Amino acid sequence: MMKSDISANNKKLAMEKTSLWRPGSHLSSTVRDMPPSGIRKFFDIVVGMEDVISLGVGEPDFATPWHIREACIYSLEGGHTSYTPNKGLFELREILAESTKEDLGLDYDPEEEILITTGVSEAVDLAFRATINPGDEVIVPQPCYVAYVPDVLLAGGVPRPVATRLSEEFKLRPEDFQDAINEKTKALILSYPNNPTGAIMTREDLEEIADLVVENDLLVISDEVYDKLTYNGRHTSFAQLEGMQERTVLLNGMSKSCAMTGWRVGYALGDPAILGAMTKVHQYTMLCAPTMAQVAAVEAIRRGEKEIKAMKREYDRRRRLFVSELERLGLPCFEPKGAFYAFPSIEGTGLSSEEFAEQLLKEQKVAAVPGNAFGESGEGFLRCSYATSREEILEAVDRIERFLAGLGL
Amino acid sequence: MMDFAKEILEVLEENARATPGEIATLLGRSEEEVAAEIKNLEESGVIRKYMTMINWEKIDDGYVYAMIELKVSLQRDKGYDAIAERIARFSEVQSVRLISGDHDISFTVRGKSMKNVAFFVTEKIATLEGVESTCTHFVLKSYKEHGVTLYDRTQPKRLVVTA
Repeated sequence: MMKSDISANNKKLAMEKTSLWRPGSHLSSTVRDMPPSGIRKFFDIVVGMEDVISLGVGEPDFATPWHIREACIYSLEGGHTSYTPNKGLFELREILAESTKEDLGLDYDPEEEILITTGVSEAVDLAFRATINPGDEVIVPQPCYVAYVPDVLLAGGVPRPVATRLSEEFKLRPEDFQDAINEKTKALILSYPNNPTGAIMTREDLEEIADLVVENDLLVISDEVYDKLTYNGRHTSFAQLEGMQERTVLLNGMSKSCAMTGWRVGYALGDPAILGAMTKVHQYTMLCAPTMAQVAAVEAIRRGEKEIKAMKREYDRRRRLFVSELERLGLPCFEPKGAFYAFPSIEGTGLSSEEFAEQLLKEQKVAAVPGNAFGESGEGFLRCSYATSREEILEAVDRIERFLAGLGL
Repeated sequence: MMDFAKEILEVLEENARATPGEIATLLGRSEEEVAAEIKNLEESGVIRKYMTMINWEKIDDGYVYAMIELKVSLQRDKGYDAIAERIARFSEVQSVRLISGDHDISFTVRGKSMKNVAFFVTEKIATLEGVESTCTHFVLKSYKEHGVTLYDRTQPKRLVVTA
């Protein structure tokens, strides 16, 4: 063969190879098989729509209090833009240890038992990746935050959803928990106050769960990011129960209570062995949480209490307003005890959650999230966030009323 | 926990038009309880008046505003209250405060023109017994009054749907 023939031949082969190139065939099967978040679809419909009132947002409508933003600005002016230690700014870990001692009466060593993460989302992922072996099962009470199941799958684990019910105020019942446990069960993820239901679990509720946790030697990953938004009485952390601190990876952050969602700063508290393992994953993937966000978090914990309380008071008022309006509309809804969501049942309308949410959005321009986005047991419900102004809440209720009237209800 | 009266006041301070029924819903109490408490607050003088927060600059009211600081020498048997209350009687005066620092009393005046305000201060205030000196600051622009900003700004947008 002539030299030019060989080169032409190579080119042809390369072209044939190129035509075989299907990027989709190079995906991880775990990711490929993972359904996109149910929220995504609504996001796509909403894009380009004008005059939409949103009850669909999982974040505060307040801007981060000014003194917190200002602390970050000063720090940037001072040139604090380099990495922090993997575990996070020592100053932040130290004051977290202090504030946790004050709030929960629990001791955590800032050197060994506290890790600053890029939002609680990262902390959830780290907790699973650091503890799950292929095939290990994780019990996930649902409805719940959309990331838990995918995070378990990404860690190679098997999520085992357990339904919670309106009739039981969406608490995890020990009977249901017991039924879901088998020899492969390794961990339970708890998230109270709960997104999307607004449910909380009291100390007594948690104690029943704790008995089974010990009996079956389980680890508990407790996402308590809404702890400061508990309306009737005080929040109880799972880690506060007798003997549970060492079994619990306690996850929290400033996002919800200090209106700091976009900063991406959260933290994990727990036993040095588990925290050490989480830190390993964190250091190889994230390196450290954003420095400027950590500086802001220091200010938020030091001096944010007044604003946290004021925002909570306002959420509490909106909660009462919204729940009383839902009652007036005749949509059954249990009174949410925490977070900033109401979770009314729309079963009586004869529509599925998705149909209801989609039609409500298209016809009356009110965005809310179908309950089934948070797990199968969320079917028949609608997640409505009341982290929006009272005027908007009342306007949304008027529109929902018109929508229901249109359904002949 | 905030007490009931304070919670009512907080709601009313933000919106004087909130009805007892609306306040009752927000606070998780009955309308009767709220109405009774408001009546108490009105009668005891805690609630002085229901007002509207207006940005006069937007409709060009033609008034000028000034903040005036006074140094006062106290007379026997008469405290600051006497002279402060005397100043407060003038309808031109919008607020009167006893203050710490270099001056003793600070008050604000609304007038039709700078000249008008200046005459008011020199003729009516500087001549009061006990006033040692006055210092007048004319207001050029207001940015925030009663906790409310008076400038318009665009609000950052949140995503419409998030987890």
